[in-house]
Amino acid sequence: MYAFDYQRPDAIAAAAAILSADPEAKALAGGQTLLPTLKQRLAQPTALVDLSRIPELSGICATTEGVSIGAMTRHAEVAASDVVRAAIPALSDLAGMIGDVAVRNRGTIGGSLANDDPTADYPAAVLALNASVVTDRRSIGASDYFRGLFETALEEGEIITRVDFPKVEKAGYAKFRNPASRYAMAGVFVAKTAAEVRVAVTGAGQSGVFLWTEAGDILSSDFTVQAISGLALDPSNLMSDLHGSAEYRAQLAKVMLKRALASITG
Amino acid sequence: MNASVSSSVTPIGAAVRRKEDHRFITGKGRYTDDLDRPGQTYAYFVRSPYAHARIRHIDPTAAKAMPGVVDVLTGADIAADGLGDLICGWMIHSKDGSPMKMGSHPALAKEKVRYVGDHVAVVIAETLNEAKDAALAVEVEYELLPAVADLATATDGEQIHDCAPRNTAFEWELGDKAATEAAFARAAKVTSIDIVNNRLAPNAIEPRAAIGEYDSGDEAFTLWTTSQNPHVARLVLSAFVGIAPENKLRVIAPDVGGGFGSKIFIYAEETVCAWASKKVGRPVKWTADRSEAFLSDAHGRDHITHAELAMDEAGHIIGFRIKTRANMGAYLSTFASSIPTYLYATLLSGQYAIPAIYCEVDAIYTTTAPVDAYRGAGRPEATFLLERIVEKAARERGEDPAEFRRRNFIKSFPHQTPVIMCYDAGDYVASLDKALEVADYKGFPARRAESERNGKLRGIGLSAYIEACGIAPSAAVGSLGAGVGLWESAEVRVNPTGNVEVLTGSHSHGQGHETTFAQLVSARLGIPIDQVSVVHGDTDKVQFGMGTYGSRSGAVGMSAIVKALDKVEAKAKKIAAHMLEASEGDIEFKDGRFTVAGTDRSLAFAEVALNAYVAHKFPTSEIEPGLKEGAFYDPTNFTFPAGCHICELEVDPETGVVEIKSFVAIDDFGEIINPMIVEGQVHGGIGQGIGQALMEGVTYDEDGQLVTGSYMDYTMPRAGDLPSFTVGMTQTRCPSNPLGIKGCGEAGAIGAPPAVINALTNALGTEDVPMPATPSRVWAIAQARASRLAAE
Ligand SMILES: Cc1cc2nc3c(=O)[nH]c(=O)nc-3n(C[C@H](O)[C@H](O)[C@H](O)COP(=O)(O)OP(=O)(O)OC[C@H]3O[C@@H](n4cnc5c(N)ncnc54)[C@H](O)[C@@H]3O)c2cc1C
Repeated sequence: MYAFDYQRPDAIAAAAAILSADPEAKALAGGQTLLPTLKQRLAQPTALVDLSRIPELSGICATTEGVSIGAMTRHAEVAASDVVRAAIPALSDLAGMIGDVAVRNRGTIGGSLANDDPTADYPAAVLALNASVVTDRRSIGASDYFRGLFETALEEGEIITRVDFPKVEKAGYAKFRNPASRYAMAGVFVAKTAAEVRVAVTGAGQSGVFLWTEAGDILSSDFTVQAISGLALDPSNLMSDLHGSAEYRAQLAKVMLKRALASITG
Repeated sequence: MNASVSSSVTPIGAAVRRKEDHRFITGKGRYTDDLDRPGQTYAYFVRSPYAHARIRHIDPTAAKAMPGVVDVLTGADIAADGLGDLICGWMIHSKDGSPMKMGSHPALAKEKVRYVGDHVAVVIAETLNEAKDAALAVEVEYELLPAVADLATATDGEQIHDCAPRNTAFEWELGDKAATEAAFARAAKVTSIDIVNNRLAPNAIEPRAAIGEYDSGDEAFTLWTTSQNPHVARLVLSAFVGIAPENKLRVIAPDVGGGFGSKIFIYAEETVCAWASKKVGRPVKWTADRSEAFLSDAHGRDHITHAELAMDEAGHIIGFRIKTRANMGAYLSTFASSIPTYLYATLLSGQYAIPAIYCEVDAIYTTTAPVDAYRGAGRPEATFLLERIVEKAARERGEDPAEFRRRNFIKSFPHQTPVIMCYDAGDYVASLDKALEVADYKGFPARRAESERNGKLRGIGLSAYIEACGIAPSAAVGSLGAGVGLWESAEVRVNPTGNVEVLTGSHSHGQGHETTFAQLVSARLGIPIDQVSVVHGDTDKVQFGMGTYGSRSGAVGMSAIVKALDKVEAKAKKIAAHMLEASEGDIEFKDGRFTVAGTDRSLAFAEVALNAYVAHKFPTSEIEPGLKEGAFYDPTNFTFPAGCHICELEVDPETGVVEIKSFVAIDDFGEIINPMIVEGQVHGGIGQGIGQALMEGVTYDEDGQLVTGSYMDYTMPRAGDLPSFTVGMTQTRCPSNPLGIKGCGEAGAIGAPPAVINALTNALGTEDVPMPATPSRVWAIAQARASRLAAE
């Protein structure tokens, strides 16, 4: 690591002030991505602004629309939350599939979304559920939020404060783990509301999470596993690497979609 | 007087808990990185970012001016001090009689770098962070040369070492070419196979580390290092590199957290730490981080092989012909040349009576990390090849692979193979039969049908492996090119109060020697196991020894202890005879007591021990006081553990995921000292074997950049990937050592890969399944199978 200053403000405004004043400062949430990056000397922030002592950033609460999860809420808390499970069981399931126990006890939903790793799990849920990423400045709809590999709508120094998930009729998530890293090679989140079905795919796309609109359209009119039997995902925009070709990821996305549906429709 | 034997004596064969585990589990282990020396500095290596480049110029000026920097040293400094190169200690001669071409391997590069991670300079600073900061300021001007990253085409690539045209270190052969050709000429059937044995990264939990310290008062060095063989490290650093004379260089390998072979070798880093500690006048510490470990620990395996098996009409194997290209990496590591030669080709007869074998091995340099011994070292490569081709041959004959093996098994001993080894004992039919029974081989078709109903492809695969352990008779390995003898030493030091220290030349880095060696002494002397301490890993404490690798510590290391114990007993009997006023020939030693035969007059071991030191009751002109004996044991043969592994698995054709449903390992390790420890060794080995078969694989891209440089990309087996193993034994005693031990440390890693791949090829209906058989590869093969079936 390079040397850096360490700050631990106790209010959002104070954190925002430090981050706005110094573009080289970085927010620190669970540190599960940021600290390894620092250890490998791949980043050199002037200061880390630890968000862990800001009360407004944590906690899970039921809202009239669904559930609101504070940015600093750990994956383990989401996985274990009765409130989340009551509103969107698939979201607790997803949180329970992230990394390992140590990662889940440290990593946060805000950190995961700010980082926007193309193989992370939460982006699939946020996009399929059409959640809102709320920051100290505004509320960003999921469709506007994700901008590509590790790229989001967040501006310099903007802090995610919470994520608002609307309740849906049915939702399911299935993930195929990368054999080495256990991140998603294809993670498919299906969410059904009265109006539509949204299917989001993480881990497979060349530019991060994306909506699989064709799947959503078919399922909107016929929400069964059989309905998608003839469906295939076009591999041309999918990732190809050591762990699998684009064609393989297309196949995995299809299989994960089937399994996510099966988890809902039984 | 007739007190009964202490119940706390631990017999051979008892599954006692490991004595060392209390220390490890409570965090009291002392590993190299746990140690800090007064005034210590930190080393950080500037490593080559390129696979192949000429170094035009190194300018350390800016780095030297950085905060906290004590010194920056380069290959020029090493040369100026007249240090020698790192060496490869096993001379191999090519077919044409020429000696192997050993490329110069300086601890810090001189003119060229030859792999990503190669050592260019070292920065020594007050803190590690300061060393890392300054490392960035070391200016190195490189002239890039083409990388030679692909083994298959490496002989046509840019020449890596001046001395080695076509990047070839040697072209070696073993066996009778003419006899083998003749066998093929009269063969009724020939099966051929092309195999790639994938490259593995060793991944010991504890990364390599070193602390060098120079005492200017004594003009002597101390080197703490993660070594499996501290005396060999001292010998090499002294006699070849020239750090200091042996008597002025103490090497200590304290607790070491796993090695799997990778800590046998003498690397650049510890060499530099020792040497630099004198230059800077302060202790110098280095600990690899995981990224450095991936880059610079010697890798394992990495062969490309074409082989053919000749059979007669009745399905007897009559000839075996092998052509292997072995990747040596950028330099010949310490024992690298012996691995694809004498540790590989000598095992190509496996468990089978094969009258004629001819094997050619080309050892090839590439611009990748050096390749050397890794758990099994040559023997997994031989076993994988042989067990794959035998399986394939049986299938091509339309015969049950178990029966094909049974027909061709060696059934009488001793058996001289055509590839040097003379097997002394074994019962291959017994392990096969037991494995078939335990695995319910007969019930497989029903289970397969059941899987098919669930949309899964089920397969079963056998592997009947043999390995040569207990390396090795010194004269024999000397005649094959080894630069050292492969005996082992022991000293048994009985204290006046009757407890014992055993000083062993073996080195424990996970094997449990502190328990098994103590168990041996406890059983022999009739004293409780906690009264026996095992001392190892310090050249100042322990007499010269050869260290631990190749499953040699039981067969060779413990045999040395037995020899020393024989001497202790003989001397103690003499003393007891005087104490009991009986003649020496009448003294019997049993259950910890010396008894005058046929009487009830006896003495406890501790009483005799005390008298040995008090020395009042025997003539010291005839018998020296004290009770301490040393021994050097040189084995008379290798030992030949063997067994049969059966893997049964299921493939999900939708995703390519392989689930191992059962894994049966029936092994013959000869006599067992501690079955719990043996079982642990088997489990770990199978885990690594399954890792090689399904998950692990070092990958370099065409520029020689390491793609699998972290756990994000290099897949290690996790507990959840493995089934509960069914481990069992058959037993034939090893006739060549006093304990009848064969060795068990590598069996799992040797036996498992072919069992897994034979099961997978069985499931997928094709012989072409590469390792690691990752889900994406298996899926592609399953897809091809589905289209093939659809077309039919
Ligand atoms: C071994 C391992 C396995 C993992 N496996 C998975 C997996 O399977 N699936 C998965 O999805 N993830 C996985 N992760 C990542 C994990 O989920 C992390 O929690 C996540 O990537 C980052 O969250 P964090 O709280 O640790 O953020 P940090 O590492 O602290 O921060 C990450 C980035 O986000 C910024 N940031 C953090 N909080 C905020 C905020 N509130 N507002 C604005 N910016 C912010 C930081 O400045 C930094 O740039 C794994 C991580 C590890 C170490």
